[in-house]
Amino acid sequence: MSSAETKSAPQKGSSLELPPAEKLRLYRQMLLIRRFEEKAAQAFTQSKIKGFCHLYIGEEALGVGTISVLQPDDAVITAYRDHGHALARGMTPKECMAELFGKATGCSKGKGGSMHFFSKEKHFYGGHGIVGGQTPLGAGLAFAQKYLGTQRVTLCYLGDGAVNQGPFHESLNLAALWKLPIIYIIENNEWSMGTSLARSSAGLPLVNRAHGYDMAGLVANGMDLDDVRAKTAEAVALARTESMPTLMEIRTYRYRGHSMSDPGNYRTKEEIEKHKESDPILLYKARLLEQKVVKNEGDLEKLDEEVKQEVQEAYDFAEQSPEPDPSEIYDDMLSPEDQIPEIPRGNYNHF
Amino acid sequence: MQTITMREALNQAMAEEMERDEKVFLMGEEVAEYDGAYKVSQGLLKKFGPKRVIDTPISEAGFVGLSVGAATYGLRPIVEFMTWSFSLVAFDQIVNNAGQIRYMSGGQFSVPLVLRGSSGGGLQVGATHSHTPENWYANVPALTVITPAFPDDAKGLLKSAIRSNNPVCFIENEKLYGFKGEVPDEGDFLVPIGKGRIRREGSSVTLVANSASTHRALAAAEELAKDGIEAEVIDLRTIKPYDFDLIAESVAKTHRLVIVEENKPYAGWGAQVAYDVQRRLFDELDAPITRVTGMDVPQPYNGRMEQAVMPNEQRIIAAVRDVLQ
Repeated sequence: MSSAETKSAPQKGSSLELPPAEKLRLYRQMLLIRRFEEKAAQAFTQSKIKGFCHLYIGEEALGVGTISVLQPDDAVITAYRDHGHALARGMTPKECMAELFGKATGCSKGKGGSMHFFSKEKHFYGGHGIVGGQTPLGAGLAFAQKYLGTQRVTLCYLGDGAVNQGPFHESLNLAALWKLPIIYIIENNEWSMGTSLARSSAGLPLVNRAHGYDMAGLVANGMDLDDVRAKTAEAVALARTESMPTLMEIRTYRYRGHSMSDPGNYRTKEEIEKHKESDPILLYKARLLEQKVVKNEGDLEKLDEEVKQEVQEAYDFAEQSPEPDPSEIYDDMLSPEDQIPEIPRGNYNHF
Repeated sequence: MQTITMREALNQAMAEEMERDEKVFLMGEEVAEYDGAYKVSQGLLKKFGPKRVIDTPISEAGFVGLSVGAATYGLRPIVEFMTWSFSLVAFDQIVNNAGQIRYMSGGQFSVPLVLRGSSGGGLQVGATHSHTPENWYANVPALTVITPAFPDDAKGLLKSAIRSNNPVCFIENEKLYGFKGEVPDEGDFLVPIGKGRIRREGSSVTLVANSASTHRALAAAEELAKDGIEAEVIDLRTIKPYDFDLIAESVAKTHRLVIVEENKPYAGWGAQVAYDVQRRLFDELDAPITRVTGMDVPQPYNGRMEQAVMPNEQRIIAAVRDVLQ
């Protein structure tokens, strides 16, 4: 245990014990993310998905566990590996898959792509492509929540590769200085693309970065949904009741390459297989059986079939959806509603 | 009508808009307890309190990004850069976040944000502190770029910028903060964004300028008038989107165009104006369009050298005589 961990948030007493139906719902969410990502990988190799595509396989318990302790109108913001958070936030597989396909029915109308999912309805503030660039935005969401007296909090995710970017440190300083209701969550999957944690970051463990800013720090096992939920609940309570930020380091592992374009040759098969032994979905499955949440494995297999069907429907929906109309290229750049008369915009393209 | 300085005009604009809308707040280095590095925010802390007039650490990427996030959540931040030269450490936040979020989200999140502060050379503060960044930010599709030259425009345009639901780069000039001018003091005084203004009428040649260069152009015009050359001086006020129609009307009368801009020449805003005018008004032109810009060299510290690299009256007069030959 690091010294920063000892400065953790006080336990809030209330049990995180969930009713069986709720446990099953979270299991289903993790499964949905995995099957969605597997389908996305397939669609990418079929060239139906272009550009970059960063998969969340192996990290499902992290996204599902953290978001499961939020209120529906708390804010969530993340980096470019965003499919899992979007689905955990309740965005539909259809709108997400359609965005990957670049279709008009996508969650960003086909204008964002894999790295730029957004949903105002679900309080999902993106999907951001520049490493660490979303961390001050998260501070801004929390600043606004506090300014407006909303009693709402923000979860801001970043990868372990983002911890050495300047704006992340500036964000931690601002969050601590101004007591913003935000939880920064480092999704530590041990690799920033092909560079290992040991080769990229001094001062391990990463949670120690909380120390320099006099901020609460927590570590969670990202392969264990219950542990993720328990630790995140502590941090959320601290943010909601005392408007204090927390830095969490949640340890996880991605089974696939950094993106679909990365064969991942920098890791050994053995390393990956070893991590798969603590697979978050298998772990939770065993727990559901042990706790008799379901009668037998057959029930869970049925659930898996159901999820696969839902993902197939998302794929079909994405494939059949229309492309955005080229006449709408300029739409969505500027707000059409304004407090001032419409500004005449020049057209600087002559051909 | 009141006669006030540029800094007072800007201060009034912020105070009035903060009075009008509680979601408007000001954030930046030394804006609160110090009363502003250039005293533009003088008295605002006293009037609105620390919740709405906020001193930041020296942390531009952090507080610009924070303001973009707050804007997507529904607040209307005004961010002061002590100088726009310091905006460079927040470039990613301005370009990628303020500039792209609305589009990338399919129009779900607007960014009603004003980034403002001083800029420009001529005060012997060296190469890192003398940038005129309007052309850099005008290159970002979603950003509106405003550069006022007179107190009335500063007030009326800043009020419009604060009310805009889209991100605005409001680029002031350090040399003009003490410049005095008449500003209407009755009612809600707004100046429309995207409109230029003729500051001097003439028929011999059209001078298009912005910010402090407008004053250089006006001074050059007075000199030229002694020789019977009547220059029409247009203050562009808004760099993007800019008022092509006003320039077109003037060029249709004078048939000659000289553009005066303090920023560096390569891909400066004047290059866009020159391209558009030659493309659309080719038959109106009796001489090549000419640009007088900052020279393509870092800003020297030495006073005489610095004056030489900026668009001064002598260079403007030479350019006008050239297009009139």
